[in-house]
Amino acid sequence: MTGVGYSDLLAALAPETALVLAAVAVLFVDMGLMRSAPLRQRFLTACAVAGLGCLVTLGILASSGAHLRFLDGVLVVDSLTQWVKVFLVVLTLFTAGISAQAEFTEHVGEYFALVLLATVGMMFLVSTEEILMIFVSLELTSLSLYVLAALDKRTRHASEAALKYFLFGSVAAAFTLFGLSLVYGLSGATNLTGIAAGLRAHRSDPLLAVAVVMVIMGFGFKVAVVPFHLWAPDAYEGAPVPAAALIASGSKVASFFVLAKIAVLGFAGVEGSGAWGQLRAGWLPVLAVLAVGSMVLGNLTAIAQGHLRRLLAYSAIAHAGYVLLGLMAMGYPSQRSAALAAVLYYVATYGLTTVGAFGVASVIERVLGNGRIDALAGLSRRSPLLALCLMVFLLSLAGIPPLAGFFGKFGLFTAAMGADPAGLGLLWLVGIAIAMSTVSLYYYLRVLKQAYVVAGDEEASRIVVPWTDRLVLIAAAVGVFLLGALPELLLGPLARAIAGGNGF
Amino acid sequence: MFAWTIYISFAGVAVLMLLPRDQGGRARWVALGTALAGAIAAFGGAFQYQAGSGLQTIARTSWIPSLGIDYHLAVDGISVTLILLTAVAAVAGILFSWNITGRAKEFFAFYMALIGGVYGVFLSFDAFVLFVFYEIAIIPKYFLIAIWGSTRKEYGAMKLALYSFAGSALVLIGLIGTFVVARSQTGVPTFDLTALAQVDYPESFQRWALPLVFVGFGILAGLWPFHTWAPTGHVAAPTGASMLLAGVVMKLGAYGCLRVAMTLFPAGLRHWQTEIAVLAVVGIVAGAMTALVQKDFKFVIGYSSVSHMGFVLLGLATLNEVGLSGAVLQMFSHGVIAGLLFAVVGRMVYDRTHTRQLDELEGMRLARAMPFAAVTFVLAGMASMGLPGFSGFVAELQVLIGSWRAFPTAGLAAGVGIVLGVAYLLRALQRAFFADSAGDARGEPAGEAIEPISLPERAGAILLLGATLAIGLYPRLLLDFIAPSVTSLIQGLERGGGS
Amino acid sequence: MMNPFGSITLLTLIPLVGGLVVAALPAGQKTLARRLGLGVSLLALAVAGALWSGFDRDSTALQYVERRAWVPTLAVEYFVGVDGMGLLMVMLAALLVPLALLVSWRIEERVPLYFALVLWLEAGLFGAFTALNFFHWFLFWELSLIPAFFLVRLWGGPDRGSAATQFFIYTMAGSVGLLLAFLALFLATGKFDFLELADLGRTHQTAALLHAHLGWSGMSADALAQAVFFGAFLGFAVKVPVLPFHTWLPSTYAAAPTGTTMLLTGALSKMGVYGFLRILLPIFPDQMRAWETPLLGLAVLTIVCSAAAAFAQRDVKRMLAYSSVNHLGYCLLGMFAALRVTGEEARWAVEKAAALNGVLLQMFNHGLTAAMLFGFVALIERRAGGLRGLDDFGGLRKPAPVLAGLMGVAAFGSLGLPGLNGFVGEFLIFKGTFALAPWVAALSTAGLLITAVFLLTFLERVFHGPLPARWAAFPDLSRAEIWMVAPATALMFVLGIYPQLVIGVIHRTVLLWVERLGPC
Repeated sequence: MTGVGYSDLLAALAPETALVLAAVAVLFVDMGLMRSAPLRQRFLTACAVAGLGCLVTLGILASSGAHLRFLDGVLVVDSLTQWVKVFLVVLTLFTAGISAQAEFTEHVGEYFALVLLATVGMMFLVSTEEILMIFVSLELTSLSLYVLAALDKRTRHASEAALKYFLFGSVAAAFTLFGLSLVYGLSGATNLTGIAAGLRAHRSDPLLAVAVVMVIMGFGFKVAVVPFHLWAPDAYEGAPVPAAALIASGSKVASFFVLAKIAVLGFAGVEGSGAWGQLRAGWLPVLAVLAVGSMVLGNLTAIAQGHLRRLLAYSAIAHAGYVLLGLMAMGYPSQRSAALAAVLYYVATYGLTTVGAFGVASVIERVLGNGRIDALAGLSRRSPLLALCLMVFLLSLAGIPPLAGFFGKFGLFTAAMGADPAGLGLLWLVGIAIAMSTVSLYYYLRVLKQAYVVAGDEEASRIVVPWTDRLVLIAAAVGVFLLGALPELLLGPLARAIAGGNGF
Repeated sequence: MFAWTIYISFAGVAVLMLLPRDQGGRARWVALGTALAGAIAAFGGAFQYQAGSGLQTIARTSWIPSLGIDYHLAVDGISVTLILLTAVAAVAGILFSWNITGRAKEFFAFYMALIGGVYGVFLSFDAFVLFVFYEIAIIPKYFLIAIWGSTRKEYGAMKLALYSFAGSALVLIGLIGTFVVARSQTGVPTFDLTALAQVDYPESFQRWALPLVFVGFGILAGLWPFHTWAPTGHVAAPTGASMLLAGVVMKLGAYGCLRVAMTLFPAGLRHWQTEIAVLAVVGIVAGAMTALVQKDFKFVIGYSSVSHMGFVLLGLATLNEVGLSGAVLQMFSHGVIAGLLFAVVGRMVYDRTHTRQLDELEGMRLARAMPFAAVTFVLAGMASMGLPGFSGFVAELQVLIGSWRAFPTAGLAAGVGIVLGVAYLLRALQRAFFADSAGDARGEPAGEAIEPISLPERAGAILLLGATLAIGLYPRLLLDFIAPSVTSLIQGLERGGGS
Repeated sequence: MMNPFGSITLLTLIPLVGGLVVAALPAGQKTLARRLGLGVSLLALAVAGALWSGFDRDSTALQYVERRAWVPTLAVEYFVGVDGMGLLMVMLAALLVPLALLVSWRIEERVPLYFALVLWLEAGLFGAFTALNFFHWFLFWELSLIPAFFLVRLWGGPDRGSAATQFFIYTMAGSVGLLLAFLALFLATGKFDFLELADLGRTHQTAALLHAHLGWSGMSADALAQAVFFGAFLGFAVKVPVLPFHTWLPSTYAAAPTGTTMLLTGALSKMGVYGFLRILLPIFPDQMRAWETPLLGLAVLTIVCSAAAAFAQRDVKRMLAYSSVNHLGYCLLGMFAALRVTGEEARWAVEKAAALNGVLLQMFNHGLTAAMLFGFVALIERRAGGLRGLDDFGGLRKPAPVLAGLMGVAAFGSLGLPGLNGFVGEFLIFKGTFALAPWVAALSTAGLLITAVFLLTFLERVFHGPLPARWAAFPDLSRAEIWMVAPATALMFVLGIYPQLVIGVIHRTVLLWVERLGPC
């Protein structure tokens, strides 16, 4: 902590600062200058400002080589966190992009400001290794997201979703806080490495088990794994589409990253074992149970869904299950960096894909006024572009090469299998995961069937996709394709960043 | 040269997607041009390939270094054979899809994507790359059937897609396991098939990995009892797609069994050899018996595919040179013959009479209405029965020789399968084309104005017939490619896992 | 005698290509198709005649040999040539095809296709009778089935569908047995060549080789060789047919158009006997010897039962069909008798030679006679509007004396009247068999008797007795028809009186066989 002056601190926090400034700018522009402009124009303008802010932030992230460890982990900035922040900002940029044509609220400035602030919260979340700081940034993110979810006040459905999200989220926060306080009580430390050292004496303490389970439960709510997933379908369906997209993408990336940090760094030494037939208490078996539940339940329930966004929600639950496999692999030191790279690649591409899918959903809902899967009938005639993008995103989620989702899963599963090469201990989880992704193909294909196979109304006019949406969707689709075909574009830098980091 | 087959096909997809809407006519020509260009590349490559010169690398660049994945394309004689098959089948399939008018450009785009994936599988020598192409081929199949198919098309398409995907899921588990075990033994991450084949996997691992991978690929090869997708899928598919499904897609499965499952896990293979042979034989006989009682003309052919692919799997299970080269030749032969049969049933008969029920076809006296179709079906049927002079004979002959050596009982049962094959083909042939009395009694059939067989159809039929006859009369055309590769493959099997 | 651009290839190609040409004619060109078809078959006959006359009668070697590598990895060669038997069979086929075409002259449906199919059938026959490598022998053996199937299927009478299918499937089932057996042999010996396989058989190596290379689940060498032998036996037994594998035959012969029946019985059934002589006998001598008594039993069964069955028929075509089975039974009888283990004395060799000469003569004669008989049935059918029941006619001798006379000659030839061709063959067979296996021969004479009875009954019923009013105007043979049957009838007389014409060609071959069969 020595030698860190304010200027260093400011340099390290320049991206976050830029985003906060952008938030203020959005507020100023919208409320000050555009107050009387038509809603459409206000959205476009605010989107432009927020997008500009994101681009500037990206520029700063790309150019700064900041490397900082402040106050024993209160603030950690290294190349790895920079990369995760890049993902977050890119996802935010896309989220802003699909909001450009929205019309769900009068509070345009507030909306974009909250999006940016939520992102700032996520960015802090990823660059800290201190539990208090983690909690505070988590709250910043969550509170922004609660409000975002509630912004669409035109339907009761949306309000119900927001309320559900808020209630579940608060309970989750309470769990997290409770778990973290137990951890602090046991270890006497608030930074993760200190916690790991402090916990060493309490390995067999039942309180520790409670603490581990509580913390994981809290984050389980955030990333929506079974059995803490119940808010997700409603929130994904009811919240304004861009807000749902952010909840489903950016927030996931950050939450998984920090969960990994807590588990791997904070709970080092209490991994236990998740190998088949040798389950031993620790955080690995807890994750194993959650993973199995999420993969099985998420995929099976998704089959029955009739609403596109609800289906995406359940599929998100399933995907969270897959990611947990990667986290489990990180519990084995030999695989840690490979698994981390796989997890980050996965959540990043998953976020991109999900934002894309929500983008398609937003256009469709705006035009058809209805987000049901049936409504997609004849989409390939009405808008080949939308149909093609939807196909790219859904097939990527299903894990079909050469799209990013395929390599993401492949990387995760390879890491999980490689965790214990002699005994192939996680084989059973990988087996379940792969079997379940077969199931997932079924429901993704059902959606695509509506879009491509079912003829739909012959009279229906073509859907005009506004240029902003077109830009975002094409960019996301190209990204999904490129990252899938050439995973090294992302994997290489990630591997270097991980190698250059602090062992995490 | 070979690599261009892949690139040309995918370039064709791109061009087709960029065509202006409702340009059915142009889409056909683009597709035909692409397929022909691919075929030229394939044949050009085959001429360059020195038979017996072993593995020839075509392209190799690092793709994902952290996992040791290379974009590695290479061919040996076996791949050459199957690439040639793909080239022939692709061209013929387009000729028989000439009458597609609805959403033609999409049809041909999916079609060429499928072809590109198939070429890719046959050319890959990196397990990961192979798997990627294998998966790429799944989705176009779904859409080809679901959009342009007939008879319960959505069910058939979904079943096919899910079966394929389930199969590839099994393969994926096996592949990742292999990678991990190999990496922990050698310390070098690699997915290169030749490198993986050098690793001495523990026998306990091979025992569960082999069935996983073999069955995973075998599903697509119509391995009994996982074959049920095949008849429904074939029947539901539009003609061009059923030709490809039976013609090349099923070969993907068999090729995967051969190239991946068998070469990687010789010890596991020896352990499960008998079980595989039993499944293959049951497939041969059960497929033929089921074909014998079908009422739908296309189902007869669909089940016959299961039966004939049983010969391929039986040949693989024999683990001797004759049996294996028979299996590879049978892949080619069945690809051509099944394509031809489906072309007659789907394009020539069904598209004109709008029924495939043998009972209804009986009254139409099709041999008079469509002599060309009847003659084609007779010749294709003869080839399918395994009559000498056609490729099916040489192939099944070798499989039988191989199984005589390894499993005499299986050889006998396969013989029964051949006789049953004659029976169901004759039955279908008689009822569909040469039924009498019924038609005489009712006078001329209602479909008086059956449109004549068009030029593309004739060209396609002659192409496929020529292929099966050429191989039947002069099998060295392909055996010269196949035999040396099979020999070295067998040597590999004996070297690895010396138990 | 090597001739690279061989006459046998030419012989096979003539009907093959001719058939293609005829098939390509438009359906309306009936007359042209008929003439062209006949012309091609006559050309083939001319080539066969040239081979016949160029054949070196004093040599035991194979003649007109052509040999070229085909699929070296599988020991497959294009290897053709003829010995006396092959030449005889080629000649028989070449003779019968023009006759069959003439008989079918009045077919009006799909004429070009019909004539083409007959020509392809001829090509298949030529190929099968000249091939000396299993692979392409099997090719022709199978391919001859296809035209036969379609001839029955498309131009046959009632029940043609089921008859054709039954015919095809029976034969295919037999072929598969044959194929599997030969694959086993190939595995054990690495050879598909008939001559080389025969050498192994003669030196008693086959069983041992099979045992060494296959050795399945504890089967002894003998049992193994016998299993393989039975596979092959099945194929030929169906084709001949030997009882109890004959059930396809009557319905097929009855349903087939008569021109086709002529070929089926005259030439196609000879492929079975030919197979016995060319393949089973040389390659599996030990196995055949081991099973000689049951085989002789089968031969007797075939002779007697089929004669009795013929006696019971009311349909002339079915009757003649069973009679065909009966006549081929004599061939089997002579052949199996010649297998007998005998002493060293020269007289046994003479008896064996007699029996085998008889077998070959009988094959040729039966082909000729049976074809003639079916041909006459066709002429009657055409006049009677398709009727051919024994009870449908009577007294036809009065309105149609020439027909009655000529058909009578054929019938007497068939029942073995001395002076006609049938006699010589049967006489030689029985001469040999009585010496070699007297009891069997004695039992078989019952067949001779019954044959005489039913043929005479037939003549009596059809040509004698009161003439029904409706047949009062039964037309006699026209001049053209007389010219059509005259050469064959003449040949029957010639062969009856001067069998040396045939024996001269086959004698050397037979002596070689006898020598190879040896005393034990």
